[in-house]
Amino acid sequence: MNTLLRTRHYVDPSPFDPGTTEPIGTENEDFYRASSWQLIWWKFRRHKVALAAAFVLLAFYLMVPFVEVIAPYNQTKRNGDFLYAPPQGIHLMHEGRFVGPFVYPYKYSFDIETFRRVYTVDTSQPQPIRFFCRADAYEFWGVWNTNVHLVCPPENGTMFILGTDRLGRDLFSRIIYGARISLTIGLIGIAVSFTLGLFFGGLAGYLGGWVDHVIQRMIEILRSLPELPLWLALSAALPANWSPILVFFGITIILGLLDWPGLARAVRSKLLSLREEDFVKAAELMGASKQRVIARHLIPNFMSHLIASATLSIPSMILGETALSFLGLGLRPPVTSWGVLLNEAQNLAAVQLHPWLLFPMVPVIVVVLAFNFMGDGLRDAADPYH
Amino acid sequence: MISFLLRRLVTMAVTLFIISALVFFIIKLPPGDFLSNLIQELRAQGDNAAIAKAEFLIKQYGLDRPAWEQYLIWIGAMPGPNGFSGLLQGDWGWSFEYDKPVVDVVGDALWLTLLVNLAAVVFIHVVAIPIAIYSATRQYSIGDYIATFIGYIGLATPSFLLALILLYYLNRWFGVSIGGLYDAKYAGEPWTWDKIRSLLSHLIVPTIVIGLAGTASMIRRMRANLLDELGKQYYVTAKAKGLGPTKALLKYPFRMSLNPFIADIGNLLPHLVSGSVLVSLVLSLPTVGPILLSALKNQDQFLAGFILMFVALLTVVGMLISDILLAWIDPRIRMGGAR
Repeated sequence: MNTLLRTRHYVDPSPFDPGTTEPIGTENEDFYRASSWQLIWWKFRRHKVALAAAFVLLAFYLMVPFVEVIAPYNQTKRNGDFLYAPPQGIHLMHEGRFVGPFVYPYKYSFDIETFRRVYTVDTSQPQPIRFFCRADAYEFWGVWNTNVHLVCPPENGTMFILGTDRLGRDLFSRIIYGARISLTIGLIGIAVSFTLGLFFGGLAGYLGGWVDHVIQRMIEILRSLPELPLWLALSAALPANWSPILVFFGITIILGLLDWPGLARAVRSKLLSLREEDFVKAAELMGASKQRVIARHLIPNFMSHLIASATLSIPSMILGETALSFLGLGLRPPVTSWGVLLNEAQNLAAVQLHPWLLFPMVPVIVVVLAFNFMGDGLRDAADPYH
Repeated sequence: MISFLLRRLVTMAVTLFIISALVFFIIKLPPGDFLSNLIQELRAQGDNAAIAKAEFLIKQYGLDRPAWEQYLIWIGAMPGPNGFSGLLQGDWGWSFEYDKPVVDVVGDALWLTLLVNLAAVVFIHVVAIPIAIYSATRQYSIGDYIATFIGYIGLATPSFLLALILLYYLNRWFGVSIGGLYDAKYAGEPWTWDKIRSLLSHLIVPTIVIGLAGTASMIRRMRANLLDELGKQYYVTAKAKGLGPTKALLKYPFRMSLNPFIADIGNLLPHLVSGSVLVSLVLSLPTVGPILLSALKNQDQFLAGFILMFVALLTVVGMLISDILLAWIDPRIRMGGAR
């Protein structure tokens, strides 16, 4: 019967407008005519926290291509006179008078008794911060040599918004540079895990039988393993003589390699449950080919769910990278990521004296929270017909 | 029930077997190994006695054989240079870095790891259940909102960063050092009452830090489960018939909502163990975490392999226990086949 039906293909290729046979009321017309993606967007929009989180993430990711311009200093610029300088406040009012954003210069002395550098603030002369200005030179996108920055330290002055590290490098600039690595590693990692999850989950759900059985056991075993010790072991296996770029990709692949089982399981169960739905049966009875059923009916239906669960697993990737680099097994300098920056905070003595070294954890927590909120909103919106 | 148990035990044995192969593959991944690096170093120094010893160790542990034979010897499924002596026989191998048997290197760390994780599981349940009941029965109250908010924060704050923050602030404000699991003076001492007390007081912070994320997700899930059950007719009937609110709640919906709660231990454990390894590293707890890190960095393969097997065993056995509990509580599970 199946072959008979397939020979007579009844699916009309021309677009079908349900409104022609059964007119819909004008008041709900928008709603009924909206595509499912549009419905998802409408539903997501109502989730205010998720929407705010999405804008926060958008801001972070928009920053990624332009870090060189946004950061006031270059990431490797060492200010030899200002090692471990505490954060320099940005002020607006000088002696009761508005002068625009400025900093007070640091005076530096050495305390012979404690062997520590002491920075005193000289409040007599404000140094205004410059905007759209020229400072450290850099190569933009590896093509243009330029030295234009969004904000720069004052002429002959310094502007360490979040202080400096042991080599006198500006922490604020390094956090901005670190965003590039830390934020992309989550995206590349999820791409790896998404591909693997879609492949194995699709295979299991589509073929069934022993393939399904083997893949299910594989998923169970991988899910029963604690991730971090395995991440540690795998990243310890990366050869020490690899270039930083290779290590970056190695770490990303390691993060993605252990993350796919959750996604694969979601794909498999969605495929299995959707296969039984009436609309799939209808499509099959009308003689639609397997490819058409998969591409036009199954994938659009579970894609939104997949994107939502992928969003929810990006934070674990970002945290994984941060944890590995923090322990010294992940990315290595000169690559700058938030985890690499936190690696300096591993030494408790240094943190006691220079607490601003802990600051890179703020963007980590903000981004992870934002991804969680946005993922929750997406998950609620993923099924707009309920 | 017996056949269910047997089936689960067989599955567990197969799982552990596959995990052991995976672990062996991973620890063999880095090029070179501890001993051949050592021999090269010793050759440069011309220390012949030490070279002879290292070469003896290579023979002793069959490191000159093909990888698959090494694997079988390691797990004890094939006779090595000194007969069947592997994980199955309880011989955990030799730590080259410490020049001691692995069993002496890990020692107390195994029990302390178990203790820390157990404490975290207990903490999660003791804290999550009452909060979830409160949140579900007083939905949309201020307390519910506060619990939900704290839950979100707990879910998103990475445990090792939280540990770092606590380490810094507790030291700064109260002058307490929370590193380690007992005061430094007890290190290497036999277990006395004072040492146990010191251990318990040091256990508080790690337990909270490790358990926070799990607690948050447990509260969320249990609240949702309980809310589902509270809307059902049997609960309304029970209340209508005059059952007191506490009894009506604890007798029916609470028990129903506990079900997924137990099943969740299995999902929770891998994350918990992961978290405990990481937090141990930050707080320098004498668990297997710090030993694992140094073993991996130095390619001390038997030590690293054993610890990886141990943490895997911890989660796999935990899952087995949660499955058995679930089958015991819910007859539908064991009647309907393994899954």
